[in-house]
Amino acid sequence: MTAVPTARREALHFALRNRKLVVGTVIVAVFLVAGLAGPLLFDHGPNDYVGPAMAPPSGEFWFGTTTFGQDVFAQFVYGLRSTFLVGVLGGVLAAIVGMVVGFVAGYRGGWVDELLNMLTNIVLVLPALVVLLIVNAYLGVRSIGVQALFIGLTSWPWAARAIRAQTFSLRSRDFVDLARLSGVRTPKIILREIAPNMSSYLFLTFILLFGSAILIAASLDFIGLGPTQGVSLGLMLNNAARWSALQLGLWWWFIPPGAGITAIVGALYVMNVGLDEVFNPKLREM
Amino acid sequence: MRRYFGRKLLIYGLTFFVAVTINWMIPRFMPGDPVQSMLSRANVAQPAAVEAMRAHYTAMFGFDLPLWQQYLNFWGSLLKGDLGISIWLFPTPVSDVIIRAVPYTLGLLIPSILLSWFAGNRFGAFAARRKWLDNSVLPVGYVLTATPYMWLAILLAWALGIVAGIFPVAGAYGFDLQPSWSWEFLGSLAQHWFLPFASLFLVAFGGWAIGMRNMIIYELEADYVNYLRALGAPMRLVRRYAFRNAILPQVTGLALQLGVLVAGALVTEIVFSYPGLGHLILQAIQNQDFFLLQGTFLFIVIGVLIANFVIDIAYVLVDPRTRTGMGGAA
Amino acid sequence: MALSVTDLRVYYRTLRGEVKALDGVTFSVADGEIMGLAGESGSGKSTLAKSLIRLDGRMRHAGGTVELDGKAMPLSDDAGMDRFRFREVSLIPQYSMSALNPTRKIGKMVGELLDSRGERLERAELERRLELVGLSKDVLDRYPIELSGGMKQRVVMVVSTLLNPSLLIADEVTSALDVSSQKAVATTLLGFRDRGLVTSMMVVTHDISLVYQIADTIMVMYAGRLAEKAPAEVLVTAPRHPYTKQLISALPEVGVRYEDRRLTGIPGNPPSLLKPPGGCRFRDRCPLAFDQCAEQPPFAEVAPGHFVACWKAE
Repeated sequence: MTAVPTARREALHFALRNRKLVVGTVIVAVFLVAGLAGPLLFDHGPNDYVGPAMAPPSGEFWFGTTTFGQDVFAQFVYGLRSTFLVGVLGGVLAAIVGMVVGFVAGYRGGWVDELLNMLTNIVLVLPALVVLLIVNAYLGVRSIGVQALFIGLTSWPWAARAIRAQTFSLRSRDFVDLARLSGVRTPKIILREIAPNMSSYLFLTFILLFGSAILIAASLDFIGLGPTQGVSLGLMLNNAARWSALQLGLWWWFIPPGAGITAIVGALYVMNVGLDEVFNPKLREM
Repeated sequence: MRRYFGRKLLIYGLTFFVAVTINWMIPRFMPGDPVQSMLSRANVAQPAAVEAMRAHYTAMFGFDLPLWQQYLNFWGSLLKGDLGISIWLFPTPVSDVIIRAVPYTLGLLIPSILLSWFAGNRFGAFAARRKWLDNSVLPVGYVLTATPYMWLAILLAWALGIVAGIFPVAGAYGFDLQPSWSWEFLGSLAQHWFLPFASLFLVAFGGWAIGMRNMIIYELEADYVNYLRALGAPMRLVRRYAFRNAILPQVTGLALQLGVLVAGALVTEIVFSYPGLGHLILQAIQNQDFFLLQGTFLFIVIGVLIANFVIDIAYVLVDPRTRTGMGGAA
Repeated sequence: MALSVTDLRVYYRTLRGEVKALDGVTFSVADGEIMGLAGESGSGKSTLAKSLIRLDGRMRHAGGTVELDGKAMPLSDDAGMDRFRFREVSLIPQYSMSALNPTRKIGKMVGELLDSRGERLERAELERRLELVGLSKDVLDRYPIELSGGMKQRVVMVVSTLLNPSLLIADEVTSALDVSSQKAVATTLLGFRDRGLVTSMMVVTHDISLVYQIADTIMVMYAGRLAEKAPAEVLVTAPRHPYTKQLISALPEVGVRYEDRRLTGIPGNPPSLLKPPGGCRFRDRCPLAFDQCAEQPPFAEVAPGHFVACWKAE
């Protein structure tokens, strides 16, 4: 039987035909390209004062300008970079911590499991944003990297829990037993036998962590604890609110950044559901 | 069941302990003299205030004592309810400032959490596997749940507040009013409450609806559903059972989402200058009022822990398996 | 005649086309008959069992008719089939361990199920039937999680037969159990028929040695078609179809299970049912195959009650 290649081909077939997955991926890709290539269009920085103040969208300034004459479109595409960066870094870090904790707890069991479970539950109950608030408030200089680091360190628990449960059910399967009996060491068993068997699940987890990292970062930025240098979509919202864009009616200042975040995170969620349907035949609609 | 609650309480106790320890540790990570740096960064105008605060902080931190004693002292003053003095509203004790703000935050959070949870679950269960609803309305749910709370708040404030002029967009009641039990005041309170409530409600609603829809679809594939269908049970009964089973993970989900919901309330309050804890946090950050910030942090943690415990009790009420002492999911 | 199936075809929709899982089967089950239905996985036996009660989303009724007590069953009409389900035809599923709603007490669930079908729950009758399978009435006040696997299985057996169906389909009910529980289940099934709680029964299994103990007749399927049907004794001692012969000879002593999936004794694999070859489908693995096998042999009665689909089965 050629079960594995067939299954993979079947998954690909469903992947290309799954509207949710295709739409989600296209949206994320469009924003990613805009974030990567967009900044190349400008010979000025995102915070430079390049135009008239409070100009509505026009051919020259696609998204208009701020109260200070900054180009909103330039800020937007630069902000996309920060958003993707913080999402990927925070998401990857959270996924790694979640995987390590989940694998070890689920595979080892016993007191190791008890201990890690306790740790997971504690971090889970602590409201992440509020912890991030007080940590960031004390940091004199803040960067995207540090922001992502702390987001990653606080948002892993649910992933660890889910991965632990999956590992637990895989632990007693034949192929794992076989590896264990033939003297393969634990880290190798986890990497070679267990992780590949839940790779699709791990990927789904990462997508959700990615999306939530973006949202948390945006909230931090909005409160005023974003990176002290540079731009991000959250910082744009922060500035728009701080400089009364609402009262002045500068809708072009606060709509694009929020719409960008919503579109990216929403597309990630839709992708997640689509992928779930692809990997899990039971959910496919016939 | 006693074991279940015992474990939960142990975790909540440890969490509180960790939160307090974080609170104690963070100022000590700062290079140099924390009191000095705090005061120099604080925007305090009166020299008398600076002196009073220096004395207060030095006594509170007790830097000449060994670390373990500093730590114990910190717990000691905490247990007496002493969270320090606010710099922003000098010389009001931090605990007083917080207590005044808490009702506004709770007044937003509790109705929006409960209503969005009930409505979202109902709607999600209704939409699941009903083709046209599933395909046309659920994308709206995804958009809602992906929306940053503050952005929806800004949009609502702009559209319904500034452009349409239906709702006020700042404060918890009219500037010309004093808190009282008059109809005028209560009316103004409700008017100011509506938009922040609506934006919290909508974002959370999207999340619950989608979660429930996905849960129901899993449940409708479950063996017990297949069995009921094979015995010719009508969809009405099948959906009722599926809903009952799908609601359990949603109760757990409520506990998991608390942190996100609180965060949403904080940023929404900031958008509407609503005088709750979120507003305090913003003021604390802008005025470098670290005691206020830390006090608010502790208060929120305590609130979240209490809410978690309430949800645990609710879970026991809805899941027979925890009641029969068979463990079950938790 | 309780059940009469004529040229039934049920196909599975897959990406690569339709799998002809059940490709023209004709047989009948008499009143009071317990028929064992045996075959490898992929032979179509599960498809046949499912078709008679509820097609799943990927299955299509491609042709043929089914009559139960003289009434035609509308296999592809999910709502129309509801009239038959539970009252006329009922199922003991393979997944009995997880067939009960985990958040309802068993008694309440049974009540609600009957209520939804417009039937009244007679508590005394229910308790009597539980007693019959060795369960106390206490189980009605318990949640499924509080019962052992064997108890859940017995509860499901009682629930499924509560409305005295004409035809009971037992789908691999013993595969998850140990040997002594298997025996107990088999005896219970026999008891249902002997007490007249069910008229006829179809016991789907991959374990001929077990079904042999309770079945009156055994029908063997191969690659979506019928190979042989005969009284149990005859089929086991004097099979005529070459496939049945190999199946029986590969059998260890009665009571010992052989592995599902593939019969080690028979070289080769069953043909793909996506585009099945014409003629007899066992031809490629058959030691007796000859030219005429390129043509599908009829499922012919070679002795009273003994049907075989083989040119050489005289």
